[in-house]
Amino acid sequence: MNNQFQLHPEIASTIAFDVDLLYFFVVAVSIFFMALICVLIFLFAMKYRRRTEDQQAETQTHGHLGLEITWSAIPLVLMLIMFAWGVWIFFKVYQIPEGAMEYYVVGKQWMWHIQHPTGQREINEMHVPINTPVKLTMASEDVIHSFFIPAFRVKNDVIPGRYTSLTFEATKPGKYHLFCAEYCGTEHSLMIGSVYAMEPEDYQDWLGGGVADETPEEAGARLFSQLNCDTCHSDQAAARGPSLNGKFGTEEVLASGERILIDEAYIRESIVNPRIRMVAGYPSIMPTYQGQITETNIFNLISYIKSLPSTEGAQ
Amino acid sequence: MSTIAQQGAAEHRMPRDHFLNAAYTIKSWLLTMDHKRVGLLYLISITFFFLIGGTFASLIRLELATPEADLMEADQYNVAFSMHGIVMIFFFLIPSIPAVFGNFIMPLMIGAKDVAFPKLNLMSWYLFIFGGTFGVLTTLLGGVDTGWTFYTPFSSTYSNSNVILAGMAAFIAGFSSILTGLNFMVTIHKMRAPGITWFKMPLFVWGMYATSLIMVLGTPVIAITLALMMVERGLHIGIFDPALGGDPVLFQHLFWFYSHPAVYIMILPGMGVISEVIAAFSRKRIFGYEFIAMSSVSIAVLGFFVWGHHLFVSGQSIYAGMVFSFITMLVAVPSAIKVFNWMATIYRGSVSYDAPMLYALGFIGLFSVGGLTGVFLAIMGLDIHMHDTYFVVAHFHYVMVGGAVTAFMAALHFWWPKISGRMYPEGWSRLAAFLIFAGFNLTFFPQFIVGYLGMPRRYHVYPEEWQLLNIMSSAGATILAAAFIVPAIYLAWSLKNGKISGPNPWRATGLEWILSSPPPEHNFPTTPIVEEEPYDYGEVIDNPVHEEEHEKEREHA
Repeated sequence: MNNQFQLHPEIASTIAFDVDLLYFFVVAVSIFFMALICVLIFLFAMKYRRRTEDQQAETQTHGHLGLEITWSAIPLVLMLIMFAWGVWIFFKVYQIPEGAMEYYVVGKQWMWHIQHPTGQREINEMHVPINTPVKLTMASEDVIHSFFIPAFRVKNDVIPGRYTSLTFEATKPGKYHLFCAEYCGTEHSLMIGSVYAMEPEDYQDWLGGGVADETPEEAGARLFSQLNCDTCHSDQAAARGPSLNGKFGTEEVLASGERILIDEAYIRESIVNPRIRMVAGYPSIMPTYQGQITETNIFNLISYIKSLPSTEGAQ
Repeated sequence: MSTIAQQGAAEHRMPRDHFLNAAYTIKSWLLTMDHKRVGLLYLISITFFFLIGGTFASLIRLELATPEADLMEADQYNVAFSMHGIVMIFFFLIPSIPAVFGNFIMPLMIGAKDVAFPKLNLMSWYLFIFGGTFGVLTTLLGGVDTGWTFYTPFSSTYSNSNVILAGMAAFIAGFSSILTGLNFMVTIHKMRAPGITWFKMPLFVWGMYATSLIMVLGTPVIAITLALMMVERGLHIGIFDPALGGDPVLFQHLFWFYSHPAVYIMILPGMGVISEVIAAFSRKRIFGYEFIAMSSVSIAVLGFFVWGHHLFVSGQSIYAGMVFSFITMLVAVPSAIKVFNWMATIYRGSVSYDAPMLYALGFIGLFSVGGLTGVFLAIMGLDIHMHDTYFVVAHFHYVMVGGAVTAFMAALHFWWPKISGRMYPEGWSRLAAFLIFAGFNLTFFPQFIVGYLGMPRRYHVYPEEWQLLNIMSSAGATILAAAFIVPAIYLAWSLKNGKISGPNPWRATGLEWILSSPPPEHNFPTTPIVEEEPYDYGEVIDNPVHEEEHEKEREHA
């Protein structure tokens, strides 16, 4: 991030160059058509200007089918190319790479809470190692926000009531703008921050400097007993709720007979709105935790549940 | 006939009776059943709202001349851009060309005595004023800070401003729009003079028809959406707020289902105007009539299936996004068809450069930039980065100001002699057209660059490295604001002092030009029977000198 006048943003992620390439292609196509239109209008304007008050047009034509087809087909073909190219990039951006580092992001009026995989927390600042895929799981405490890092060419809305995600891989060490791109009220334009992309060794040093009080799993374990989750969700045969051990990433049968993948979104829903989709075979007795638990604590609980090993083999 | 035109230019005089001097009382205006007077009521009202919207725009650009907050507090700034959007979209752009020129000119073009439902037409204006009153009230009570998009749950739960009042303003004005659309559709279906078949209608009428289609089918959806938002805010019934069990993205789907087609409500009438102006000032039959007419209809229809391109990064399914992206890009084809057909019309024409034509040529350039930059945003891979940045702001201002407002100015200058019976000063009108074009580009072109750099929209303060581009933008806005004052002055001046225009100063085809200027209170004493094709510039068309002459001529026809 420099404070000099720029005409083009910095290229600091793997995807940024792909996006720019397509951008420059469309710029070139646009300049070609604008030049064509302006030059022709200017030429016609000079050549066919009315010289006497009664001057008639040189000709009266109805139209020309060949021309109509030509100037419909050429834009259509160009559009198809740009459409396909754009879809390809979009899929690339939203593909979640294997082994990505998982950060949790919570947006609230008007700040960003960022939690590292190792538990360090930051506000309005995010340190990431370069050449490492990063996945953000994002939630909002209030209104819709949007997490935007221009130098990485990535953005995604952060929506209350659900998880959205964003992935990127930084390539160039530096300090970059972080913006909220979705209007969110009074201090929308102050809901900004900085992303620090660092060499992996520097990132490790930075992590060592800021000691986390507890990891997300530890925090989640503490909450799990504090909120009395463990009174029902246990391995006991008579437990009133399903065991959560080793369940993350597996499928479960619902009361409706549907099968569902246990992922972050399902766990979140089961905490704030448990009765929407109940696991088959259990009574509908779990209370809602909506409004009683912060998004950050839900992330911690999810981290804890993810960390629980399967106990089936042991029994 | 041509001898009369040659001897005559200076001998025009005002017709003895016309719709403006038929009665002078306030009541004769406020209870009028004359589509021409209703058109003028709209012209006065939307000019008032343009002034309000423009004032908010000036405040925005003034604040953004520096990166820090200096002129306004954050909340005041948020009110400024929200009110700018709401006033300009719901109270200027949507009614602008349809309600003013659609009302005034369209019935004349098809040889009708009025619109199909004159009383309903007047009621539309009253609804518009009723909605507008809510808008003014909102402003006076401190405004609204949700942006014109009213996104939930911010609008329904979190905002502390006059959301319901502003929502009511747009809600009520919507009914004015629905009734106008309905009126126009029935008028175009049922009231065309004998001989005006569908493919003999002037292209402005086609534009009005396509626009009316969207008004009638789309506007009820925004009314419902705003109503649901207000219900959630007022009664805490969960619809959009997840804390109440609602879905915030549902609001965006519903909102854009109307609001994207609404963009075409703003631009299609403009395209109709440009087709009229280009043909008249090239004295040439419009090239590819059927293609231009059908491209309007196809834009109106396709416009209903593109709303999801506002939601590529809002948690919408990728596959839904692909469909929306694809259909959006298809809209480029009918748009390109129009631009190329207009250019082909100028080719080998007899082209004069009066103010309406200057605006029309400006429109072709500015609309092309607006259309092409729309392609960037329709491309999914690019929209991730560009969504909600100043690139979007620049894009839609190129379409709405560069396109719709420029077309409105073209229409105003083209039909002003018809409305008022007088000409405006040529030099000043050309100067204003140049100033508006230059000021506009200086204002909005830098915003493409600062947008790709990453400046988000609706930002009150911004990183200092973007100040130069913002200063350019604010400087351009100053020129633009000044340039809009010039026509206001010379048009007002022309009402008393302008040269008398005669019935057909541009010597254009079309039924509106055979009537006297200003037209008589009752449009066509005898219903015209039309045999010619539209835009029949094969022979010289005159601006007949005397009313008497022109009466005879009509009787012959």
